[in-house]
Amino acid sequence: MTGSKRWPTVTTTDSGLMNVLDQYIDLYESNRSLVNEGSNKILNLKREEALSILKDFDLPKKGTENYEITDLKEILGYDYGVNLNRLDLRVDESAPFHCGVPNLSSHLVFLKNDIYSAKETELPAGVYVGSLKDFCHTYPELALKHYGHLADIRNPLVALNSLLVQDGVVVWVKEGVKHEKPVQIVGILENDFPLMALRRILVIAEKDSEIKILVCDHTRTGNVNFLNLQVAEIYAEANASVEVCEMEESTETTSRLAAAYVNQDKSSRVSAVGITLFNGVTRNEYHCSFKGEDASLQLSGMAIEDRKRKVDTFSVVNHTLPGCHTDELFKYVVDDDAAAAFSGLIRVFKGASKTEAYQSNRNLIGNDGARVFSKPRLEIYEDDVKCSHGSAIGQLDPMQIFYMRSRGLSEDEARFLLKQAFMSDVIDRVSIPGFKMRLHNLVERRFAGDFKNCASCSNSKREK
Amino acid sequence: MLKINDLKAAIDGKEILRGINLEINAGEVHAIMGPNGSGKSTLSMVLAGNPAYEVNGGSAIFCGKDLLRMPPEIRSHEGLFLGFQYPVEIPGVSMVNFMRAAINAKRKYFGETPMSASDFLKLMREKRSVVELDNKLASRSVNEGFSGGEKKRNEIFQMAVLEPKLAILDETDSGLDIDALRIVANGVNKLKSSNNATIVITHYQRLLDYIKPDFVHILYKGRIVMTGGPGLALELEEKGYDWIKEMADSDND
Repeated sequence: MTGSKRWPTVTTTDSGLMNVLDQYIDLYESNRSLVNEGSNKILNLKREEALSILKDFDLPKKGTENYEITDLKEILGYDYGVNLNRLDLRVDESAPFHCGVPNLSSHLVFLKNDIYSAKETELPAGVYVGSLKDFCHTYPELALKHYGHLADIRNPLVALNSLLVQDGVVVWVKEGVKHEKPVQIVGILENDFPLMALRRILVIAEKDSEIKILVCDHTRTGNVNFLNLQVAEIYAEANASVEVCEMEESTETTSRLAAAYVNQDKSSRVSAVGITLFNGVTRNEYHCSFKGEDASLQLSGMAIEDRKRKVDTFSVVNHTLPGCHTDELFKYVVDDDAAAAFSGLIRVFKGASKTEAYQSNRNLIGNDGARVFSKPRLEIYEDDVKCSHGSAIGQLDPMQIFYMRSRGLSEDEARFLLKQAFMSDVIDRVSIPGFKMRLHNLVERRFAGDFKNCASCSNSKREK
Repeated sequence: MLKINDLKAAIDGKEILRGINLEINAGEVHAIMGPNGSGKSTLSMVLAGNPAYEVNGGSAIFCGKDLLRMPPEIRSHEGLFLGFQYPVEIPGVSMVNFMRAAINAKRKYFGETPMSASDFLKLMREKRSVVELDNKLASRSVNEGFSGGEKKRNEIFQMAVLEPKLAILDETDSGLDIDALRIVANGVNKLKSSNNATIVITHYQRLLDYIKPDFVHILYKGRIVMTGGPGLALELEEKGYDWIKEMADSDND
């Protein structure tokens, strides 16, 4: 970056004393017009509120409730650049096609760091996929009605995102449109110096519509610190069906802080699956509520954590109306010095009769250095419900291993097959055609240790 | 084929096998019977190499090699098979993948290339028929949701695929109704040849009506206290174990 267009960065000159949020507040206050001009007035509407919240906010300490392993101060205290100037950082678009899933024909868009890009392609009538900024410009009423209404701005992740975010992706399906072909959002983090990407995803599935979304998050530059700060708002109107499958394949120096907010109307169906293949520090939050009866929600996740990686899932589901159904399944394999946390709360309020809510967190722990913190929680204030929750932290069953060895499999091979098998029921919850098979393969190769990232995977596949 | 000499073994520090002597030759069927807790299953686990059991003495030479020094998978490659009393359920691992991994592991051990997909399918089809195993079970997870009879048939199916030199069948008859018992026993008999041998561990004479043993051994308190012909099993059925126990206990006094 040369000339007068100085790259605005967050600086931590005196981080020991200063509240880490102050740097972001300073950054915004000294670049207010830059941020606002680069975006849209609907996004700008939220900034001052976010600012005032952040000014009074004390970040939760690591180890406190709901933040067992995620250190927000450490992650946010790092000196990242923020692309307030909206400079094109020359991200190579051809390379990400390596993650192209065989037999998966998708509508493909990119978030290059946090810049939206897409090839001109035809979409069927009633399906909109585009940049949030453009959407706000073209459909201001719809944008105004949906942007920032689900995401709770008192959540520090949401406040910080709302303060600085300038663009994102919108997927909008109109009433009655059933879109078979998945929308694939490929997020790429690539830069020569530390960077924070501010991403926003808005999904509007109108009455009786159907949509499947696959989000692939890659980090392409190794040894550079990145922060992906993402907020998603998902609206499933009456009888709509939405599947969002997110897969992270990043680096040990990437942090991901993601908060998804889901709102479901009568008889809608939402499935959210979070797959963490490779990462640094990841926190995935799900905040879900039902605004109509007989809706069903499926939350699923799997993570393979080794070295010093961390994954942290936090979910809150509120049942206030009758007949809704929640099914949560999160599974982690944790080795070396890695850590995983699961905190799930399902609340069934008075009046939410005929609720069915199930929550399960199961963990395989590899050795003494690995840590798992599991906190499944159910609060039930209604009698006529079916609910269960459970958590298990354990090791592979020695009898299963012996059985397999007695048939000729080596101990390593037995362990390998058992770990893969452990993940299979989460993967089977993915319904995007082609992607499920691909995921089984990716997980297999991840456990086998014969691929480092998605790009190398498809390269080596070709050589075989 | 197998020569066991003064074999002693324990689990969790508790000695179960207290000096087993047994010799098995090709073409023979040996039945091991005995009251509960006498060490029958321990013997099968120790021979198959379950790491949960400690061997505290003695030897077992299998086809000229020191069996006790081999890890369980090598014992399998070398031709030892254990049919489990309680076949283990492995959710998420399909029978097909499991058997393919088992076959190819063995082939690799003998320096052969992995089996082709078509040969593998042919082999599966052929071996399934030995125990009349349903095709559908192949795509299911190993033993998961199988009935008691299906699990035991599945054990014999795996035995048919792996073609062991020595098969140890640990209470293969337990939990089987009479039809399933016949199918399982027929399967074992079909696989029998002059080159292989079978050890049948059972509580009851019933199975021995179908699988005819050449020798019957009685295991009691970790030792073989009596060996006889097929007639011994009938005698046990008639008289129970008490007379054996009395005899063995008085010998020890």
